Amino acid sequence: MGLKILTEHINVPGIDTLETYRKLGGYRSVEKALKTMTPDEVVEEVKKSGLRGRGGAGFPTGLKWSFLAKPEGKPRYLVCNADESEPGTFKDRVLMEKIPHALIEGMITSSYALGARTSYIYIRGELMFVLRILEKAIAECYAAGLLGENILGSGYSLDLHVHPGGGAYICGEETALLESLEGKRGNPRNKPPFPAVWGLYGCPTVVNNVESIATVPWIVNNTGEEYAKIGVGRSTGTKLISAGGHINNPGVYEIELGLPVEEFLFSDEYCGGIWKGRKFKAIVAGGSSVPILPGELFLKTAEGTPRLMTYESLSEGGFVSGTMLGSGGFIVMDDTTCIVRNTWNFSRFYHHESCGQCSPCREGTGWMEKILHRLEHGHGHMHDIDLLVNVSKQIEGNTICPLGDAAAWPVASAVRHFRDEFEWHVKHPEKATAAGAVYSGAEDLAFA
Amino acid sequence: MAKITFDGIEVEVEDGTSILNAARKIGGKIVPPAMCYYKPLAGSGGKCRVCLVKVTQGSAKDPRPMPKLVASCVTPVQDGMVVENTLSPQVLEARKGVVEMLLINHPLDCPVCDQAGECDLQNLSYEHGTSGTRYEEERRTFDKVDIGPLIQLHMTRCILCYRCVYTADQITDKRVHGILGRGDAAEIGTYIENVIDNDFSGNVIDVCPVGALTDKTFRFKNRVWFTKPVDAHRDCPKCSGKVVLWNRGSDVLRVTARKNEYGEVVEFICNECRFDKKEVSDWIIDGPRHIARASVISANHYELPVVNPQIIADLPESTTKELNLLPRPF
Repeated sequence: MGLKILTEHINVPGIDTLETYRKLGGYRSVEKALKTMTPDEVVEEVKKSGLRGRGGAGFPTGLKWSFLAKPEGKPRYLVCNADESEPGTFKDRVLMEKIPHALIEGMITSSYALGARTSYIYIRGELMFVLRILEKAIAECYAAGLLGENILGSGYSLDLHVHPGGGAYICGEETALLESLEGKRGNPRNKPPFPAVWGLYGCPTVVNNVESIATVPWIVNNTGEEYAKIGVGRSTGTKLISAGGHINNPGVYEIELGLPVEEFLFSDEYCGGIWKGRKFKAIVAGGSSVPILPGELFLKTAEGTPRLMTYESLSEGGFVSGTMLGSGGFIVMDDTTCIVRNTWNFSRFYHHESCGQCSPCREGTGWMEKILHRLEHGHGHMHDIDLLVNVSKQIEGNTICPLGDAAAWPVASAVRHFRDEFEWHVKHPEKATAAGAVYSGAEDLAFA
Repeated sequence: MAKITFDGIEVEVEDGTSILNAARKIGGKIVPPAMCYYKPLAGSGGKCRVCLVKVTQGSAKDPRPMPKLVASCVTPVQDGMVVENTLSPQVLEARKGVVEMLLINHPLDCPVCDQAGECDLQNLSYEHGTSGTRYEEERRTFDKVDIGPLIQLHMTRCILCYRCVYTADQITDKRVHGILGRGDAAEIGTYIENVIDNDFSGNVIDVCPVGALTDKTFRFKNRVWFTKPVDAHRDCPKCSGKVVLWNRGSDVLRVTARKNEYGEVVEFICNECRFDKKEVSDWIIDGPRHIARASVISANHYELPVVNPQIIADLPESTTKELNLLPRPF
């Protein structure tokens, strides 16, 4: 059993109440930070911890905080990105639902470190029930003097608001989130300027993922050096992984980074192996937008070294034979999965969620979906496969926000690793479109 | 002041200027095209992605290249920046891709479109597009929405540049239209199917780079290349009154604002000038409008090409030879 930083008390009854949470050591970091540390010392601790953003990009949180501009006469904001909408990712939801105070404690400590007087939790609109849980927890904190004027007599004041989004995936992109929070249409902004300089209402703003913020109290309590000892290399600490798909034990797991991938996937303590004793075909390792990998390339890199659950190890091999840890949404697929259908499904999602602001993404995501629909339903041609790759290249890197990349990567990687399956759909449409049809290897392509 | 090198040509501009405007200071063929950026409208740009350029050196202080192509219209210059546009095959390839994306759902109904001949998308696809299409699917269509007696909306032709939204936001007193819907279902609309009724609303026609917003009083009256544009003005209490009259014989078929070489309106005009003053006697004629030689509108105009003398003085001799210094068609 690995170390649990976030989910240690997740199964304690009543952990969602302030009373139980405090009894188990909650809000110690608020007392410690507000009474004994300066804001810069907190930032320094987070920097030392090597904590990397848990939302997907893996940008060092401490570094992000130190970029925050501090002009005179302008307020600063901390915004928590709880708009978790990546298909396959559901870790933040569990954390907020079970231990709302973990996030709120993190918000208070982090806001103090950044000098924010008003902070927001932007939560995805579908999670209204979680919003109610958070609001109840926040009300408890106001009543206990942990929020509001002069917190715990330290002279520091903070107001915390929860704001629901309308359920758009694009509002998980930080600048689109800020636009939405301002009451505008959720369109990503052009960068630069980055939110650290020009964020919410034109003021310096830090946008962090739920998990990153919820980790800050532990770092403050136990120092950044202690946190940096957990994990491997530049991937420090623990990470919540939401595992789903064709595995025996789907769920949210907290792992220490550096855990061997094979252990995570096959040990009974975690995923428990592929269900029904089937073969491991493919995996999407970090939420739907990261490149898909065939089973064997996921367990071992192209050079044959076993992969670890770290940012570096999973991305070894770049886009040719690697993937990304992303937001930690594991989607495991057994050998009955049709990759073409899966890619089409992902593509349909990005087509539906594109904001329509910049042309490559607006037009390209729809185009890719249509080509994949054609292929999956047996109307495709051989040249469609190359066209698909080409269209994804035209989107990748040319858009305002990373949604374009997120739409292009799964498609490009699916064709790269499972090209024969796409060809099978073109060559044998009647077989490929039959109910329950599964591509079973090169023989299918040759003789059927 | 910041000094940057754009396509091998050095230019010095104010701090905070965008790369695109720095390139426009040089002028000529190296200027990246722009479909959504519109200098008079604050906040515009960054959306169409045709002005993508490659930054091979971020600045003198931090010479690392930028990892992705950047939209030149919204990226500010840094001192010592080195930018490649026409010199970079990657940029040209990406631009070709973006033009293709802009065209796959465009109806290409130029033969019946009033904008034909003065359409930015037509010019863009002529310069950067391909002659065929790889798109086999049905093109996107929208339900027709009537937005009043003066302006015709053809949503199928729209490339969602947001220029008209910024115009409605910044030029008119009250914004009555914007973008509805998301992704490729996004459309320009008034909520809910309201009539656009505003003294300056006609300007959305001028800023539209395609034929999505056209003048109902000019609709199907004539092809633009058969008309003769003349500069004219009148004493207008609401606007500057400086316009271009598009005449055929002695009839004033259309009135528009004056635009610069990049198709940007110099001074916005009011609806009274645009829609109601259709007699030559309403106007004082200033003289013929200069139209770029490359434009189809200049087909029946004969005048000597005009070059910008200031630019020649600034440039080394070798580059002036290569550059076509004619202003772009508008």
